[in-house]
Amino acid sequence: MTEATTAKRAQLQPPSSNVGVVGWLKTNLFSTWYNSLLTFILLGMLALTLPPVFQWAFIDSLWNSSAEACRNIEGACWSVVPHNFRFIILGFFPEGQEWRPILAMVLLLGLVIYSKERSRWKKSLAWLWLINLIVMGTLMSGGVLGMPVVETSQWSGLPLTLILSFFGMVVAYPMGIFLALGRRSKMPAIKTLCVVYIEMIRGVPLISLLFMSSIMFPLFLPEGVTIDKVLRALVAIILFTAAYIAEVVRGGLQAMPRGQYEAADSLGLNYYQTMRLIILPQALKIVIPPSVGILLSVFKDTSLVVIIALFDVLKTTMVTLSNPDWAGYSKEAYIFLALLYFVFCYAMSSYSRRLEKELHTGH
Amino acid sequence: MSTTSEIAMNDSQKSVSPESATKPIIEIIGMHKWYGDFHVLSEINLQVMPKEKIVICGPSGSGKSTLIRCINRLEEHQRGQIIVNGTELSNDIKNIEKVRAEVGMVFQHFNLFPHLTIIDNLTLGPIWVRKTPKKEAEEAAMMYLEKVQIPEQAKKFPGQLSGGQQQRVAIARSLCMNPQVMLFDEPTSALDPEMIKEVLDVMIGLADEGMTMLVVTHEMGFAKSVADRVMFMDDGEIVEQNSPDAFFDNPQHERTKLFLSQIL
Repeated sequence: MTEATTAKRAQLQPPSSNVGVVGWLKTNLFSTWYNSLLTFILLGMLALTLPPVFQWAFIDSLWNSSAEACRNIEGACWSVVPHNFRFIILGFFPEGQEWRPILAMVLLLGLVIYSKERSRWKKSLAWLWLINLIVMGTLMSGGVLGMPVVETSQWSGLPLTLILSFFGMVVAYPMGIFLALGRRSKMPAIKTLCVVYIEMIRGVPLISLLFMSSIMFPLFLPEGVTIDKVLRALVAIILFTAAYIAEVVRGGLQAMPRGQYEAADSLGLNYYQTMRLIILPQALKIVIPPSVGILLSVFKDTSLVVIIALFDVLKTTMVTLSNPDWAGYSKEAYIFLALLYFVFCYAMSSYSRRLEKELHTGH
Repeated sequence: MSTTSEIAMNDSQKSVSPESATKPIIEIIGMHKWYGDFHVLSEINLQVMPKEKIVICGPSGSGKSTLIRCINRLEEHQRGQIIVNGTELSNDIKNIEKVRAEVGMVFQHFNLFPHLTIIDNLTLGPIWVRKTPKKEAEEAAMMYLEKVQIPEQAKKFPGQLSGGQQQRVAIARSLCMNPQVMLFDEPTSALDPEMIKEVLDVMIGLADEGMTMLVVTHEMGFAKSVADRVMFMDDGEIVEQNSPDAFFDNPQHERTKLFLSQIL
């Protein structure tokens, strides 16, 4: 009925002052006298600061020179990055074996990108991941097919950052879901266990967990038994992240209306089916934004492993800068590092936005 | 694994077998329920025969919704017995799931699953609870969607439908489980006036086909034309029950008279 009436009624154009570039400027920059004043002040400040920054970064800068050449310029010495690129990215991975971590990273990122499309989320994809993980592990550790063995203590740089953050997220997320469900369980033992776990882990900083995993934990192991240091750091990151994920997921579970549980119950679905088919798909969709927030912090927090002497990409950069030749160019190196982190983080957050949009079903 | 032909067979068997015609499908004996200290339902005794249509009315807070929610154990009762289709409801989760699969429920707020398409809403129960093959479940679902007259909406999401359409989908979703009994908990209370009729029409059609129905509603027109029995509840008790004619024309109890004078 509404459609019929709107079809008959003439559709007027909106007032011209509200549309187009002029309209936009008017509403956003010059709507009142003090907004106009602010606009001009900010323009002035930009005019003062932008040109020198631009001059430093692009005009007076050197992009691929020796360290000596950099001494004589005013601008940025970006050369610090290409000159030390291999060490920043791959760290102590043995010379001549660089193709192995590079291929492993390409495989990991390639499969992550391939997995973006929801239409590809099938059983075959899970197998693909499993095979990929085995191949990646083999590439990194070696020992077969004529590849020399590389100890995990030599894993460093970007591959280490990616391994710690990727596995940190992928293992911690399901674990967090189980903890969240456990915390809402009607069984007192399970509930208490989950509450104690979550609150204990959230009560301590990640650094202390990392210290515990690297210093205290080995003391409890019997003589002669060692657990790999990277693995220990990874476990600490997983345990830490899972507790945070659990609370975020619990928020999503609490946002679910009771009617959804009742409708599932009234169809005769059991607990497992209700959770898997009805509750979790909706609850996890609600908590995409805060979950991504946590995943982003995991990615960045992996740099804390420096304190237990693992060389992630931040530490390899710092090592580079401890070389007297390049010591003066930390600004440039850190800007590069910031960009590197930004690319990964931005990719994650824009993917999450896309996923949210795709999962929106108009309710 | 029940197909449409099987339902038809079941129905005809029911009607010829004198045994099933005399045996109640729902039997509630001396049932009490408390919320904490609050005594919501008191000494409820009720027998529902197969194919019987019962309308339950009463002021809000009288326990009518709670009563029908006890029948599929969305609410727990603390005393007495509830026997549905030969199965007594207790804490045994297997029994509860068995009863729930046999008893369809339609809610005031539809409670469709918003993340699933209409057709997926309908086939979920048959596929996961009844283990019906997907294709068969979808065929049955389409049949029920045609019955509630919205087959063209099958691929849409609940959020894209009007309230009346959503409630008809909810009815079809329950029917897909081939329930022995349908419970309706104020199915038209959340609808705009112009949508109430389309939902009531579907319910009337269902009644004509011989479905056993328990309906909590304020639609007295529906009660008059469809119900075999009208029940009045107040303060957690069944105050009065009678055939619709007797109930509306000659209410026995003071509380019933007061209630009817307020709503008619």
